Amino acid sequence: MGCQSSHPSAIPELDEIMLETGFSQASVVRLYDRFQALDKEQKGYLSKYDLQGIGELAVNPLGDRIINAFFKEGEDLTDFRSFIRVLAHFRPVEEGKSNETGRPEPMNSRLRKLQFAFQLYDQDSDGKISRDEMLQVLRLMVGIQVTDEQLVCIAERTIQEADQDGDGAISFEEFATSVEKLNVEQRMSLRLLK
Amino acid sequence: EVFHLSHKVTRVVPESALLIVLGLFLGGIVWAADHIASFTLTPNVFFFYLLPPIVLDAGYFMPNKLFFGNLGTILLYAVIGTVWNAATTGMSLYGVYLSGIMGQLDIGLLDFLLFGSLIAAVDPVAVLAVFEEVHVNEVLFIIVFGESLLNDAVTVVLYNVFDSFVAMGADNVTGVDCVKGIVSFFVVSLGGTFVGIVFAFLLSLVTRFTKHVRIIEPGFVFVISYLSYLTAEMLSLSAILAITFCGVCCQKYVKANICDQSSTTVRYTMKMLASGSETIIFMFLGISAVNPDIWTWNTAFILLTLVFISVYRVIGVVIQTWVLNHYRVVQLEIIDQVVMSYGGLRGAVAFALVALLDEKKVKEKNLFVSTTIIVVFFTVIFQGLTIKPLVQWLKVKKSEHREPKLNEKLHGRAFDHILSAVEDISGQIGHNYLRDKWSNFDRKILSKVLMRRSAQKSRDQILNIFHELNLKDAISYVAEGERRGSLAFIRSSSTDNMVNVDFSTPRPSTVEASVSCLLREKASSVCLDMQALEQRRKSIRDTEDTVTHHTLQQYLYKPRQEHIHLYSRHEIIQNEDEKQDKEIFHRTMRKRLESFKSTKLGINQPKKLNKSHKRDRGQKRRNSNAIPNGKIPSENPAPDFTLKEKGIDNPAFSADDDQSIYMKFPPWLTDEDSVVPSQRARVQLPYSPNNFRRLTPFRLSNKSVDSFLLADGPEERPRAFLPETTHM
Repeated sequence: MGCQSSHPSAIPELDEIMLETGFSQASVVRLYDRFQALDKEQKGYLSKYDLQGIGELAVNPLGDRIINAFFKEGEDLTDFRSFIRVLAHFRPVEEGKSNETGRPEPMNSRLRKLQFAFQLYDQDSDGKISRDEMLQVLRLMVGIQVTDEQLVCIAERTIQEADQDGDGAISFEEFATSVEKLNVEQRMSLRLLK
Repeated sequence: EVFHLSHKVTRVVPESALLIVLGLFLGGIVWAADHIASFTLTPNVFFFYLLPPIVLDAGYFMPNKLFFGNLGTILLYAVIGTVWNAATTGMSLYGVYLSGIMGQLDIGLLDFLLFGSLIAAVDPVAVLAVFEEVHVNEVLFIIVFGESLLNDAVTVVLYNVFDSFVAMGADNVTGVDCVKGIVSFFVVSLGGTFVGIVFAFLLSLVTRFTKHVRIIEPGFVFVISYLSYLTAEMLSLSAILAITFCGVCCQKYVKANICDQSSTTVRYTMKMLASGSETIIFMFLGISAVNPDIWTWNTAFILLTLVFISVYRVIGVVIQTWVLNHYRVVQLEIIDQVVMSYGGLRGAVAFALVALLDEKKVKEKNLFVSTTIIVVFFTVIFQGLTIKPLVQWLKVKKSEHREPKLNEKLHGRAFDHILSAVEDISGQIGHNYLRDKWSNFDRKILSKVLMRRSAQKSRDQILNIFHELNLKDAISYVAEGERRGSLAFIRSSSTDNMVNVDFSTPRPSTVEASVSCLLREKASSVCLDMQALEQRRKSIRDTEDTVTHHTLQQYLYKPRQEHIHLYSRHEIIQNEDEKQDKEIFHRTMRKRLESFKSTKLGINQPKKLNKSHKRDRGQKRRNSNAIPNGKIPSENPAPDFTLKEKGIDNPAFSADDDQSIYMKFPPWLTDEDSVVPSQRARVQLPYSPNNFRRLTPFRLSNKSVDSFLLADGPEERPRAFLPETTHM
């Protein structure tokens, strides 16, 4: 294992990946090394099991959900391309780049970051965070001292605060509005990934 | 410390400044009464009695992983930075002197260089004292702190070299002498480090055999560490480096070997000695200043010294950071550089060195002494006072300052969790290779030699036990242990490794989730909220909302990034968030087990059931080869039992597997004559370790095991983490 670096030519579809994700070649190589390090059996794919082997995720309240985010619906394996696509969301936003119309939305834009976060809440992918889904997330993120009744109360208040059209659920637009004051670009960016 | 009683004061004014002022006051009294300066900080007392405890404390509680992870940076700043500071300050002063502003002084270039070398060094005592109040991120802290510790070698060499040059006289210095000086730097620094390591080895070895002399175990720690200091001093090597590395290297083994009471004794004594020394140092600094005999005033010299050391430090930091950022993954930002430049405080070491000067050789000693005193006072008091507001101002510029809404709090926290998960997944780049090699070496050789066998055994104990017992027995065994409150063979939860932990700030102890309790809670995090809530109270008539905010604020799990106070002179930092880890871990494991159950048990493949069931979804397992009882057919030649640190250095899962091992597997993972999982095991995770920090993710073998996934693929060889031969 160790830290032997892969040669850029060993990475399949390197140029497309760089174009799509915006990563520098050095970053892609680094992440490829990481991918291979995680892929213990050298399958060329990562299974959920591989990711679950990262111990720190077990003590992260959203750990399992994030692991699932790497895998497409119903699939249990992910290849490097998909792996790095997810990580591309967390590339730091370049400052000073204006929104150029006509270009496809870069993967690390604020919108994309929010969409990634939204999909973690919205497990059934219906485009809304229902009260139950909100409850589930809250249950994950809050200590066991909080009783279920309190949790229901919190969930309802949270939805109330964000819900603008009164349908009792939070759509993506409402979600984005509720966090508009947060510095998403910074909080969802890893300096390591450039 | 008296000042601990008034936290309001110490939050603004660093304690060191207060102590100096107190010292001045006392000195004033003494002088007024007697008209002589009775007490001064003599270099001897300082170097032999006051400094060692402080440095030992720093070394013993040093967060090793962080330290060695940033060693390159630290060394660069310590060595190059100090040389740069010394050279530029000395030469600039000389240049100014030549211009005549300073008036007539009996000084030569060498004297200036000598002065430059002793005033250049950043002082660990002062730095620590000030940084305790200022909460900076851990990388920054370790860099400044490490630099202050390691630059001693440079300071000592420079000081001695220039001292001898001055003694020889400026005309007699030849190139050979300069070369000798450079060589002596390497000798002094490496020699000092070596001495420290030797004594660390000795200490660890000794503590291995102190089973029957438990009472004096702490004594060994202090005596042997101090011996390392004295030995290095005797050999004219860098004593600070010696005792630092003695502390740094021995901590792991000593903590593993000595009994808990001794460990506590050592910790408390060390803190006490260090605090005491620090107090005395600063007070004496104050007292020593009130000594009119030594006072010589030269405005230009003093002012310019202050200017030069500040300016050149800034320049030095900026240049070095620029160079380093090319090599570092985690970049050092402007705010870091500002803190580093501004946090370069001079302290008692400079004063002691200047007092050591021989006034026959250095004619202007008094001038130097006065200047040094002023510089030290300035940096400690003024810079110490202003660094915290400066840092806060800089931080505030980045963040917005409004009361957060419920959604923002929740989602903000979620973002933090997401980010730390992605961090872990993307892994820390670099250093892993060396660290793996080191932990291999450590585990195979060092630990066997230096660690008590019982400490080593406790690593292996669970493994053996679980293999020898029937699985059912194992579960009931564990259940019994749970009922009894502890599992005897697991080391009790100890806070020894806290310095390596980076989980969140010590939270106030959790209170019952009742409204009144919540509102009474005095945690500072809640207090901030109180202000915001006061404002909101006008708009919110519903107390329920208040409670909601409180509950969320209080009980939301903390993410990993939140700042933790790594090192404190005055406290032994307790990690109270083990509970959080436990809860989350339980939940995660339960979920994983359930999903595993539901997806796998449904499939009826008796043949494969045998082998593939052995696979363990997302649970900790051990490399089969490591199991010493040899019952396992080691079809897997994977030689390393090494625990790979996959993610960013998470001290919760330290690379040291001398920690207790957590093994768990679903009860239905057995041989053909399967054990029926008990009701209890189905519902509840059988066991949770007391000390989560000791968890280590293992891999049982390197081969792929998910034969269910590859059900259509070629049959995988069985991963026997339960030996097929035993009657599990």
